[in-house]
Amino acid sequence: MKHTLAVLVQNRPGVLTRISGLFSRRGYNIESLSVGRTEEPTISRITIVVEGDDQVVEQVCKQLYKLVDVIKVSDITKDAHVDRELILIKVNADPANRGEIMQFVDVFRAHVVDIGKNSLIIEATGDEEKINAIEASLQPFGIKEVVRTGKVAMIRGAKPTEK
Amino acid sequence: MGVKTIGAMEMPNERTREIPKTKELEMTGAEIVLECLKHEGVEVIFGYPGGSVLPLYDALYDSDLRHILVRHEQGAVHAADGYARSTGRPGVCIATSGPGATNLVTGIANAYMDSVPIVAFTGQVGLGLIGKDSFQEADITGITIPITKYNYLVRDVNKLAQTIHEAFYLATTGRPGPVIIDLPKDITTKTAAFSYPPQRELPGYKVIRRGNHEKIRQAVLAIENAKRPVIIAGGGVISSGAHKELAQLVEKTGIPVITTLMGKGAFPEDHELTLGMLGMHGTAYANYAVCEADLVLSAGMRFDDRVTGDVNTFAPKAKIIHIDIDPAEIGKNVRVDIPIVGNCRDVFREILKRIKKISFPEWLERVSGWRRDYPLKYSGGEKLKPQFIVEEISRLTNGEAYITTEVGQNQMWAANYYTCKYPRRFISSGGLGTMGFGLPAAIGVQVAHPEAIVFDIAGDGSVQMTSQELATAVTYRLPINIAILNNNYLGMVRRWQELFFNGRYSETKLSSSPDFVKLAEAYGARGIRVTSPEEVRPALQEAIHAPEPVIIDFIIDPKENVYPMVPAGGSLNKMLGR
Repeated sequence: MKHTLAVLVQNRPGVLTRISGLFSRRGYNIESLSVGRTEEPTISRITIVVEGDDQVVEQVCKQLYKLVDVIKVSDITKDAHVDRELILIKVNADPANRGEIMQFVDVFRAHVVDIGKNSLIIEATGDEEKINAIEASLQPFGIKEVVRTGKVAMIRGAKPTEK
Repeated sequence: MGVKTIGAMEMPNERTREIPKTKELEMTGAEIVLECLKHEGVEVIFGYPGGSVLPLYDALYDSDLRHILVRHEQGAVHAADGYARSTGRPGVCIATSGPGATNLVTGIANAYMDSVPIVAFTGQVGLGLIGKDSFQEADITGITIPITKYNYLVRDVNKLAQTIHEAFYLATTGRPGPVIIDLPKDITTKTAAFSYPPQRELPGYKVIRRGNHEKIRQAVLAIENAKRPVIIAGGGVISSGAHKELAQLVEKTGIPVITTLMGKGAFPEDHELTLGMLGMHGTAYANYAVCEADLVLSAGMRFDDRVTGDVNTFAPKAKIIHIDIDPAEIGKNVRVDIPIVGNCRDVFREILKRIKKISFPEWLERVSGWRRDYPLKYSGGEKLKPQFIVEEISRLTNGEAYITTEVGQNQMWAANYYTCKYPRRFISSGGLGTMGFGLPAAIGVQVAHPEAIVFDIAGDGSVQMTSQELATAVTYRLPINIAILNNNYLGMVRRWQELFFNGRYSETKLSSSPDFVKLAEAYGARGIRVTSPEEVRPALQEAIHAPEPVIIDFIIDPKENVYPMVPAGGSLNKMLGR
């Protein structure tokens, strides 16, 4: 089962190395990882999607917690939360099929952010399912390149994600 | 966000040290390092100079801090390790950048596996040269991330004192461990205003000491309702200074005590309720007791594979209580019924407050039966047996000496046949299994305890990995005794070849070892050779009374092996040579 972990860390050099090293060393599987600073400039938030049963994920959380730079680890999988990913897709597009592509873009409430002679770059945000769906829909036109950010997530409601 | 750390500095067996606040003074980075060490109560440093640490050594030239010059950086870190394990205070070592720093790596990993507090300073090339593959540059903080509790690369001399203060705090509190501080050369020559102690900024570091009350209540209930309980005491009992509380708990409950290799000395081994070590080379009676127990109270140990054998058949009938300061150890290897996160000493105290006086006469009867039927044994006779030598060391020193070991058969004979009475006196490389640990560790122990009798129980293979440190022992007149159980083989590996590789002894015969007596003499130490059982005692007596380091080269029966043995991954009740 996939778990979504929200990890608050001190924004220090090497922190990402410590975390990614921990995953590879102990044989945990990272599905995705995204990192950025929070409302507090000295603190960054890492959202990690990790695959494993409850026992493995419990170990992952404990091992993460053991790192001196890690301030808080929350497994928010079972909490009501919003999660989003961003994707950029470079797709083949000639004047003949641009219209058709634009229809998909509208349906998914995505945006065209670059128009080339024979290509478009489409930007979309959404949960994993939606991102997978838009990618699949554009597949028939010929996808030249895809880049995804990995998931970021936040607990719904007034309370902060780090309980 | 403030510092959320719970509990004060934990230096077992010591009062919490108050560091007096100093006035601000302008100092160089090198001076700051030495000043910080003094404020942290450091008395001795083990190290080896080199280009990047020249400013530090120049400051040391005028300092009254004691520095022990080793012959290889690995010797420095193992000596610091022996110093730390035998005193409970952090060991400190210094190495230069590049190869100096990488030579520390084995010793750092060793200290990390056995949770030993060490603060290691490494030189680094100047800030402007970092990342340019400069001469003697190595990314030591990158290299040591997985084997340190934490590490620092100091980039601002104004942060140096804070870094050192944090490093000592991290190394000695919670689950102890090694911390590296990487010092670029120019950081040690720049100046900054110095005052002590600085503020710590460790918002992510928390230590839970006391243990959850509800879990402790459950544990007490489980112990009182048990029929066949055992205690397994690990290194955490020693490092938290919980040996007295353990003795009180045994006094009140009469539960027999098994120790891990790291826990040896946590409970006096001349006590009638001691069962010795469990696991691969544990005693048969300890292993049977674990297999039959209905309750295992494990404290400050981590269910290493050498302890559990097959985890699926480990303590199959038992409810398991696991006390550990490190939450990540709980449930890592075996299922745990009652987890208690906390310091062994504090948790034992809570248990002692609540537990009734109980006894288990029938169970003890069964345990005594196993002890009677399956004792540790070896055949004596005219041949010189390693077990006999260890027993003689034990008898002659009344189990009160400081013992370090190398790794291999010598280590297991030492663990099984030396009757250790006190904590912090049996010092062995448990987790990493580092050959070459014993000799430099003995140096560290002797530096900390100049009057004590110190023995390194060694093998002819292991001792050659760090034998250059004999020069260190001679230089500082450290009268360590190195008892080499010499069988001309890498005995432990040979044993596995015998059992699992049809006796194909690939590269395990050490045919051209030096004459160890001459080797000792070449360094200015004393060398004694022993070939028969009746020479053992006089040789040991001579060694103990000698004012200089001594090597005793015991030419043992080369066919002797370690029994009993549980093959790797096997069940603890299926022992060979029981």
